[in-house]
Amino acid sequence: MAQAELGYPEKEELKFGFIKLTDMAPLAIAYEKGYFEEEGLYVTLEAQANWKVLLDRVIDGQLDGAHMLAGQPLGATIGYGTKAHIVTAFSMDLNGNGITVSNDVWAEMKKNIPHDADGKPVHPISASALKPVVDGYKAEGKPFKMGMVFPVSTHNYELRYWLAAGGIHPGYYAPAKGDTSGQINADALLSVTPPPQMPATMEAGTIHGYCVGEPWNQQAVFKGIGVPVITDYEIWKNNPEKVFGVSSNWAEENPNTHIRVVKAMIRAAKWLDENNNANRPEAVEILSRSDYVGADYDVIANSMTGTFEYEKDDKRDVPDFNVFFRHNATYPYYSDAIWYLTQMRRWGQIAEPKSDEWFMKTAKEVYRPDVYAQAAKALIEEGLMVASEFPDFDKEDGFKAPQSEFIDGVTYDGKHPNDYLKSFKIGLKGDDQI
Amino acid sequence: MNIPSVSMASLKERVASVSLKSVLLPLFGILVFVLLWQVGASRVHTSLGTFPGPTVVYEQWNSLVTEHQNERIKEDKFYERQEKRIDARQAKDPSYEGRLIDYTGKPTFFDQIFTSLYTVLAGFGLASFIAIPLGILIGLNSSVYSALNPVIQVFKPVSPLAWLPLVTMVVSASYVSDDPMFSKSFLTSMFTVTLCCMWPTLINTAVGVAAVEKDLLNVSKVLQLGWITHVIKIVIPSAIPLMFTGLRLSLGIAWMVLIAAEMLAQNPGLGKFVWDEFQNGSSDSLGRIMVAVLMIGFIGFLLDRAMLMVQRFVSWDKTQVLR
Repeated sequence: MAQAELGYPEKEELKFGFIKLTDMAPLAIAYEKGYFEEEGLYVTLEAQANWKVLLDRVIDGQLDGAHMLAGQPLGATIGYGTKAHIVTAFSMDLNGNGITVSNDVWAEMKKNIPHDADGKPVHPISASALKPVVDGYKAEGKPFKMGMVFPVSTHNYELRYWLAAGGIHPGYYAPAKGDTSGQINADALLSVTPPPQMPATMEAGTIHGYCVGEPWNQQAVFKGIGVPVITDYEIWKNNPEKVFGVSSNWAEENPNTHIRVVKAMIRAAKWLDENNNANRPEAVEILSRSDYVGADYDVIANSMTGTFEYEKDDKRDVPDFNVFFRHNATYPYYSDAIWYLTQMRRWGQIAEPKSDEWFMKTAKEVYRPDVYAQAAKALIEEGLMVASEFPDFDKEDGFKAPQSEFIDGVTYDGKHPNDYLKSFKIGLKGDDQI
Repeated sequence: MNIPSVSMASLKERVASVSLKSVLLPLFGILVFVLLWQVGASRVHTSLGTFPGPTVVYEQWNSLVTEHQNERIKEDKFYERQEKRIDARQAKDPSYEGRLIDYTGKPTFFDQIFTSLYTVLAGFGLASFIAIPLGILIGLNSSVYSALNPVIQVFKPVSPLAWLPLVTMVVSASYVSDDPMFSKSFLTSMFTVTLCCMWPTLINTAVGVAAVEKDLLNVSKVLQLGWITHVIKIVIPSAIPLMFTGLRLSLGIAWMVLIAAEMLAQNPGLGKFVWDEFQNGSSDSLGRIMVAVLMIGFIGFLLDRAMLMVQRFVSWDKTQVLR
């Protein structure tokens, strides 16, 4: 199908923010491989101190766009935390996170975990193995604290999901009553720590475990200060992770630029997964430069090249630990957006009951598969990609088929968010309010 | 020339004592420090490896230099590619006016030094521009002094980390322009530096001005000098030594404040370099931070020396001992 040729970019000089995590890779690759320049875009990539600073700078225009937590555009648009209309047309990756606990906690947990014939713990590890430890802390009157990276982060929801599936209550938010700590009724107290500071904070004893993206779980193994117990791939197979967010004003003012940015990033994502991850070692070398993630090559390679090291010397194959292009990873599905919104509702960040239509409407305000489709079609037209690498845009309704590969066996169907909420033992549903 | 042998001997003695004091002793001090550092460093183990000693710092210095050179090569290629792209577009669309876009690569260690240096000089310059006239005014007039003193005393001890959020918000809100001459991050760093470093100059100038010798004041009265001439010929020259003491203190504070502000606000400069390396958590990070620490110290030292030279040049009393 022919379409009008894509116009020149309205803005050539762009500045994008990122956080030092391996899943910023599509940005680094699009820059280093010249994909941005081939679109006529001159991009500066700038590491940001934490997720809040990053979001604020996208809102006030200091950044043209940024590597974001999927919950950030949604949270900002519905006004949780900061109120601003942010949109996304590009999903940066699937999976890529892990939950790590300190050595002491692991030693306690290990007693509750079955071991296989080789004497290695059987994975995936349920939070029910952690429950006796948390109960022990409670009995002694000590708080059990864990870190996550931001109130609307994937990590917060994954950690909560895993804890709740194992019978540990992670606590509710009650923004209407001014409670944004999310610790109401909590067995485990979750709080915010910026990703690169996680290992140091746990080493200092401020938190007993955390959920974060790579390389900060593997860093704990290398430093010998903690043990990753589960990856998010095992909590929800091929869960959506980061997105590339821009403010909706920016998107309106710079439509061609937006499409061109997405084009460059789709190419970068494809490069990252090409030939069965053949380019990953090169990607690891690029990421280990101090301007990007900057951690040691070996630490980054551990998770980026299809393996994951749990306990020291317990390295296992997880070929899909971090997916950048396969399984339509880059397409912004409405159902992904709705999942995040269900979790915001589940934990009280959305205090009021919402209709299924509201979930759909909000997802459509934030997720922009239309922009993605234009970028993809331009790439197909230029002969850089083929149609079979993308969803069939004429038939696509933006919903993945119901997914059931969650650690608790619950099935998620994005078309019925309220029914989905009812399937959880722990969490707000229906008319519940805190 | 006929030089008496006695003074010849004393000259020799002087040369010997000077070289001992100004060359050998400092060298000895540095040597002992480096030795202690090397021995001490190897005993401190962190989760990012051993604390960096002098050899590691030397290696990291070399790698920073190489990085800088590589970046410059990349920069040249970047401009070449850009020119080609502009030409290609002009061939298609003759009305297009190509504009070369500045290099988008990462600033290297040396770029960051340069950024920090001009930011600190701008902040310090602005602070002096405010503090010296104000200091002269409150030194001359005790009523103005009484009025301003409480404000000065309250703001003087405020830490840069407390000013920074306010300055950031004010700059973001008030400095809105489509084609800004300065970046917001530069202005935030600069104003924070100004706010924190103006006080020593202000106070020392005021004290210096107030302490002009009676004799000189009387001379001014006898000659019936006009107010402006009085200030320029009598007050400022006699206040210069104290004014410079203030300026040197201010410059030292400015440099310390700048690094802290850059670390906290993630504004470009050496402070950001240190923070980024800390966040990287690689096995090279500590060595690189140590290089930065030494560089920060060395630049602080050079700034102070530069100020001293200016003072020697400006001060009328060449016999005064300056150190």
